[in-house]
Amino acid sequence: MARKVTARRVWVSTAAAWLFGFLIFLPILWMVLTSFKTELEAFAMPPTFLFFHWTTENYATVQGRSDYLHHALNSIMVAGGSTLIALLIAIPAAWSMAFAPTKRTKDVLLWMLSTKMMPPVGVLVPIYLIYRDFGLLDTRAGLVLILCLGNLPIVIWMLFTYFKEIPKDILEAARMDGATIGRELIYVLTPMAVPGLASTLLLNFILAWNEAFWTLNLSTLDAAPLTVFIASYSSPEGLFWAKLSAASTLAIAPIIILGWFTQRQLVRGLTFGAVK
Amino acid sequence: MGQITLQRVRKSFGPVSIIKDANLDIEDGSFVVFVGPSGCGKTTLLRLIAGLEDVTGGQILIDGRNVVDVPPAKRGLSMVFQSYALYPHMSVRGNIAFGLKMAGLPRPEIHRKVEAAAATLNLTPYLDRKPRELSGGQRQRVAIGRAIVREPKAFLFDEPLSNLDAALRVQMRLEVTKLQKQLGTTAVYVTHDQVEAMTMADKIVVLNAGSIEQYGSPIELYERPANLFVAGFIGSPKMNFVSGAAAGEPGVATLGVRPEHLKIGKEGEGWPGTVSVAEHLGSDTFLYVDAGKLGMLTARCIGEFSLKAGDRVWLVPDPARLHRFDKDGEVIRR
Ligand SMILES: Nc1ncnc2c1ncn2[C@@H]1O[C@H](COP(=O)(O)OP(=O)(O)OP(=O)(O)O)[C@@H](O)[C@H]1O
Ligand SMILES: [Mg+2]
Repeated sequence: MARKVTARRVWVSTAAAWLFGFLIFLPILWMVLTSFKTELEAFAMPPTFLFFHWTTENYATVQGRSDYLHHALNSIMVAGGSTLIALLIAIPAAWSMAFAPTKRTKDVLLWMLSTKMMPPVGVLVPIYLIYRDFGLLDTRAGLVLILCLGNLPIVIWMLFTYFKEIPKDILEAARMDGATIGRELIYVLTPMAVPGLASTLLLNFILAWNEAFWTLNLSTLDAAPLTVFIASYSSPEGLFWAKLSAASTLAIAPIIILGWFTQRQLVRGLTFGAVK
Repeated sequence: MGQITLQRVRKSFGPVSIIKDANLDIEDGSFVVFVGPSGCGKTTLLRLIAGLEDVTGGQILIDGRNVVDVPPAKRGLSMVFQSYALYPHMSVRGNIAFGLKMAGLPRPEIHRKVEAAAATLNLTPYLDRKPRELSGGQRQRVAIGRAIVREPKAFLFDEPLSNLDAALRVQMRLEVTKLQKQLGTTAVYVTHDQVEAMTMADKIVVLNAGSIEQYGSPIELYERPANLFVAGFIGSPKMNFVSGAAAGEPGVATLGVRPEHLKIGKEGEGWPGTVSVAEHLGSDTFLYVDAGKLGMLTARCIGEFSLKAGDRVWLVPDPARLHRFDKDGEVIRR
């Protein structure tokens, strides 16, 4: 009796989960489908689902009109560069806050987070002017800098919470065992923090990859990453749904593939410490 | 060799003074236990010796050499933590070998030593497991293995048995003592369990609020406590304290007598009182006696007494076992 109820419950919740997952996935699926339609079919009413004339001409047009690889490369360099630099700064910062805290550590952490509460548009004009005067507009270095600074508080917070989970005793045991700070880092701390480090790296990479506000405002062509590439298809000359979809699909493909292959690492890192 | 001397060691955290002027001489090969109430500074004193905290003042000598500026690893000591602090990502073998690896020993030697330590501690079947696949007692053994494999000058233990259940604790207590005697290595052991202290120690350091109250063998502390604190802390059930004036001893502020040194006398003998609770354990009987102006007294009588609550008794203290203290709580020696 009890068994039957449970089985039904499992069935219902599984179905609900699938439905929910499908709802979230639908826009992406729709975008991918649209990218294979002709412009005419793209906004046909009623919309066609699978039975339309499949074509890859949008991709060819998009690649021909604007150089996808150029923007993809920019995206990789900007997201990768800003992530690596952020980690290099955040590791020692989170380290010292987790293992050698002072009375002000909490305040510093809160202050860092509070910078994320300010809407970026509030500082757009000053930053734009500074960038203009320093010749950083439309440069990769400029984008790396702004994305790195923007994500740093989150990176430090994440690493701080992972490091805090590592019992101090274990580090002290390593010290008693004769490990220098460097070896303590290599043999004890890093292996223990790997899930946290990996998920921080991935999450930050994804955030930087998708960041649109600063990249759209501070770059035009030379340094423009994929976000600018997508935006260029919703232009005043009119909407080209199919081409926009093709561009978007191309832009998110790398990050979806990356996320797919690293999902276990991501989930493990994000739930680190929650389950022992 | 492992002789440890503390000279005027002080430690403050900010404005708070935690260890006040500790002087101590730990002989080579002896088993010394730090005991005291929670928060009295036992762990802090141990960490100062280990080098995990820096002293605020004073000197720590290991085999005659001042080590206050020497980092923990170079002091030649090893420590067993209360939480075991095993490296979770390494196997038991890796855990035990880590210190030797850091010291740069050749592989075959590391292998030989790890095998030997594992054999001593009955860990051989578990060498390739991770710490999370071990029971609490086994983890404890690994932590001890990690300490002994380095052949240190001294072992430092911080309440190593407090996470084990009662039966295992008794067993490990014996094993640790046996192992220490066998190796002949100095050991400093922190506990707040006075049974552990009494059974394991060659010498006990009684700490209270950051000061060393007394340093001596277990029997010495039991028979000749230097002050009220030690008298009250060592021994179970606690020593009875009565005011000297009430007991007819002028010039004595406090008179102490242990429950086991009070015997039931004939009518009219000793201190009269009324039994308020009698606990019959078979081998012993604990009597909680209301002795009027002397206050509540505990008496421990060997064997079975058919006394019950409300009965009138006369308690006779053993005159040779009375402890007299002055108004500062210091013992009065005669
Ligand atoms: N890092 C620190 N900063 C400030 N105060 C500290 C620090 N470490 C310990 N203390 C304080 O020093 C005192 C002694 O602590 P300690 O850990 O040595 O006590 P303990 O005797 O080991 O107690 P327990 O039996 O509970 O383990 C406590 O009052 C504690 O609050
Ligand atoms: Mg302690």
